[in-house]
Amino acid sequence: MNWILENLDLIGTLALEHLRQSLWAIAAGFLVSLPLGWAAWRYKALRGLVVTGTGLLYTIPSLALLMILPVVTGMSAISEANLIVALTIYALAIMVRCVVDGLDSVDPQTRSAATAMGYGPGRRFAAVELPLAGPVILAGLRVTSVSTISLATVGILVGVTNLGYLFTNGLQRRIIPEVLAGVLAVALIALIIDLLLVLAGRWLMPWTAAQPRRARRARRARNRAPQAVGTR
Amino acid sequence: MNLLREAFTWLTDPAQWGGPNSLLLLLGQHLMYTALAVAIAAVIAIPAGWAIGHTGRGREIAVAVSGLARAVPSFGLLILLVLLAGVLHKPEAAVITFVLLAIPSILAGAYTGLESIDRKTIDAARAMGMTEREILAKVEIPLGLPLLVGGLRSAILQVAATVTIAAYVNLGGLGLPIITGLNLRRYDMVLGGALLVAALALILELLMALAQKMSVPRGLRSTRAGDRDAPGGHGAGNGNTLELQIDRPVERTRT
Repeated sequence: MNWILENLDLIGTLALEHLRQSLWAIAAGFLVSLPLGWAAWRYKALRGLVVTGTGLLYTIPSLALLMILPVVTGMSAISEANLIVALTIYALAIMVRCVVDGLDSVDPQTRSAATAMGYGPGRRFAAVELPLAGPVILAGLRVTSVSTISLATVGILVGVTNLGYLFTNGLQRRIIPEVLAGVLAVALIALIIDLLLVLAGRWLMPWTAAQPRRARRARRARNRAPQAVGTR
Repeated sequence: MNLLREAFTWLTDPAQWGGPNSLLLLLGQHLMYTALAVAIAAVIAIPAGWAIGHTGRGREIAVAVSGLARAVPSFGLLILLVLLAGVLHKPEAAVITFVLLAIPSILAGAYTGLESIDRKTIDAARAMGMTEREILAKVEIPLGLPLLVGGLRSAILQVAATVTIAAYVNLGGLGLPIITGLNLRRYDMVLGGALLVAALALILELLMALAQKMSVPRGLRSTRAGDRDAPGGHGAGNGNTLELQIDRPVERTRT
């Protein structure tokens, strides 16, 4: 364990690099998945193409994707941008699906009510559909962030420095605590980001957390004064 | 695009398909590692998953284990176990890593398969006088099969991808041309290997998707076909949950 204590600086620097690369991919995947998921949800013909297409990209092992992508994008295989694009593709594969599922989960009557109140497609999406699809999208975002953070370590194989450095360097120098520190640091970052996402979800969608309490209060009120509930 | 042509030249060169590092041999290694690890993981995870799904006990533990497993980088776990096992036991350490990576998805497939069954179906089986063992063998396992095969599908995907990385610790497999090529700056070799790995992953995925479709019990398949003609028909609920749950990448981890 001495190795970990003596190299906290290195671990910290690598962790920040790691976090920065992962967050770019998670954010890009999330932002692109919203319009893409909406389009796939809205136009049935596009749906199969988008969902199956991203699903097939998702099956390509990361090491292979990192090498094939440069042929398409023209980037250098050993660049940070290449890693971030690959991670974004994996993030998209999960997110697009969740956005489609989330929009599917919105009650059609609610949608009709919003239309009847005069909401155009754009405002209806932002003010009604997106918030209601929120819990499903958040679940997808949590899976995406955890898997992106753990997957990013593969970047070291193409020379992009992040926490994966502790794995390859630890193997070459046969320092077991170094590798262990890498595994633990990645898992810890993943869990922290996951926790932050849960908290952000509660803050942005207070109704998801408040629902049980409100239901409980409503039930209590009903029990206390049954006639009062029935009057209206 | 020039590189792509060079990669194909490299791939089709007969020299790659003979000798000690023949691509055929590497492909065999890749498939053997994947099959062995998924088989061992299945022997462990399927009975455990069925027990969880049948009794409903221990579900929280299973969910926590799969959630945690997703946060552990498979590349790091591989190197950690290889270092711990020492040079002599490297293949064993690698197989243990792959087994550990395969267990969560198979476990999840096994218990969500049983969970997705309409409780009324199980109550009916019990009311007909089936013993618990018969309920499990004749009702729950066949109905849960598509999701179990889905779990195996995710496990195979995950393990086949991690075996690629195993070339970094000199375990062979189709990742070897990628890793060697990177060191030699032979990008035709790197791309050739990558294309082969990608093709293998896609073929395995398609085969497993087919297996998943075929694993739907015949009785359910016919009601599902009927559903399309008469919406809301008998058995619609069950068919729909299956269709909704099959095929979700969300349940998968990735390497």
